[in-house]
Amino acid sequence: MSTDTKEREPLFSPKNIKLLTNPIHKDNPITAQVLGICSALAVTVKLEPAIVMSISVMVVLAAGNVIISLLRNSIPSRIRIIVQLVVIAALVILVDQVLKAFAYEVSKQLSVFVGLIITNCIIMGRFEAFAMGNKPWPALLDGIGNGIGYGWVLVAVAFFRELFGSGTFFGMTVIPKSVFDFGYVNNGLVILPPMALFAVAAIIWIQRSRDKELIEA
Amino acid sequence: MDKNSNSYIFIYASVMVIVVAIVLSSVSGALKPLQLKNKEMEKMQNILSSIGIETTPKEAIGLYNMNVKKEIVINTEGEVISVYADGKFEKGDIRAFDIDLKKQYAAIDKGGKGALPIFEIEQNGKKFYVIPVRGKGLWGPIWGNVALESDWNTIYGTNFGHEGETPGLGAEIADAPFSDKFKGKTIFDADGKFVSVAVVKGGVANQSKIKAVNGVDAISGSTLTCNGVTEMLNHSLGLYVEYIKKNK
Repeated sequence: MSTDTKEREPLFSPKNIKLLTNPIHKDNPITAQVLGICSALAVTVKLEPAIVMSISVMVVLAAGNVIISLLRNSIPSRIRIIVQLVVIAALVILVDQVLKAFAYEVSKQLSVFVGLIITNCIIMGRFEAFAMGNKPWPALLDGIGNGIGYGWVLVAVAFFRELFGSGTFFGMTVIPKSVFDFGYVNNGLVILPPMALFAVAAIIWIQRSRDKELIEA
Repeated sequence: MDKNSNSYIFIYASVMVIVVAIVLSSVSGALKPLQLKNKEMEKMQNILSSIGIETTPKEAIGLYNMNVKKEIVINTEGEVISVYADGKFEKGDIRAFDIDLKKQYAAIDKGGKGALPIFEIEQNGKKFYVIPVRGKGLWGPIWGNVALESDWNTIYGTNFGHEGETPGLGAEIADAPFSDKFKGKTIFDADGKFVSVAVVKGGVANQSKIKAVNGVDAISGSTLTCNGVTEMLNHSLGLYVEYIKKNK
């Protein structure tokens, strides 16, 4: 398990920077790879849980990527998926315990979805596709990059849904009462899961219309 | 060593599982006190919210100690087992706050007398008695607190909680529009017979079996959760009837 090379490449070489930035736009796990959609529907009604969920996924993804990458030469290939699952499950339980101890209210709102990080396809996907074949440092960057890529979409969707669904921003009412007096009402449909799909679709639409490379034939 | 040999795989898997187990159990042990404290604060918050005091978890402890004058523990025969007030026991040695309802209900089902909590709260010179309740919803346990006025009959306020009722349907029992419907309802009928408060499918106004003062409207689409609430109130409050009759 030797991780050092003859010629050490700089920590933030262009190649490594790409690992961090690609998943944010071109290779975004939600909008380009269409992974992790279920949690994008479930936790984006309000901004706060969406942000906590994003951070949790990023922590699990980054830490898991490093662990898998460190172990990659010792993992027997026949049980590698099991090993990956054990690592994910252990990290998710850690996150859950920490949230219960330090952010109890949020952990109640996220309820089962913290546990469901285990089934988030992004994590398994990155472990299998990247961490199994790369060194810890690039794996860490890849994990953080994908976490950010997942997170910003979640936060964008949550911002839209909280604003139009409940008229609030971080739980504070931002739409003035005078607007309601004109007959404006909060859109109940935005609170329901299907609207998250529309929001994600809109993001994909904007992204692809601006970057033709992303359009599949 | 051959990485694909059975022995390597067995050793690898065993070591991995043991390491993970040690890490997880030590973290869980280290965080347990903090988590228990969060649960306690939530419980205090819920008890206070049933008489209309809304607090944040941090303020809950202070407000709880200020407002809850007495913690009384009784049994199903209406005898007082324990009284805890002003930080010390006046009688017995069980704090109502520490009672696990699930265990007590199980003991009562087996024919025991149980130990049931009552929280006596004084606010603005008025006395309220908060009775915690617990039962089964559609998917898992549901629970709540019922605050009775000093006549031991009229409901002053309630709040409910659940573990995993359907969001948008059964889960709405935890919201104010549902729990507010219980305000002013009575748990005894005009003849002084215990009838509890029923959650009525199709609306209280559209039937004649249950009096308007002993029923509230169910949430449409969540009949089974609402039946669970009816059952919970009937069972849990029913255990207090002997005590209430002695004290009325």
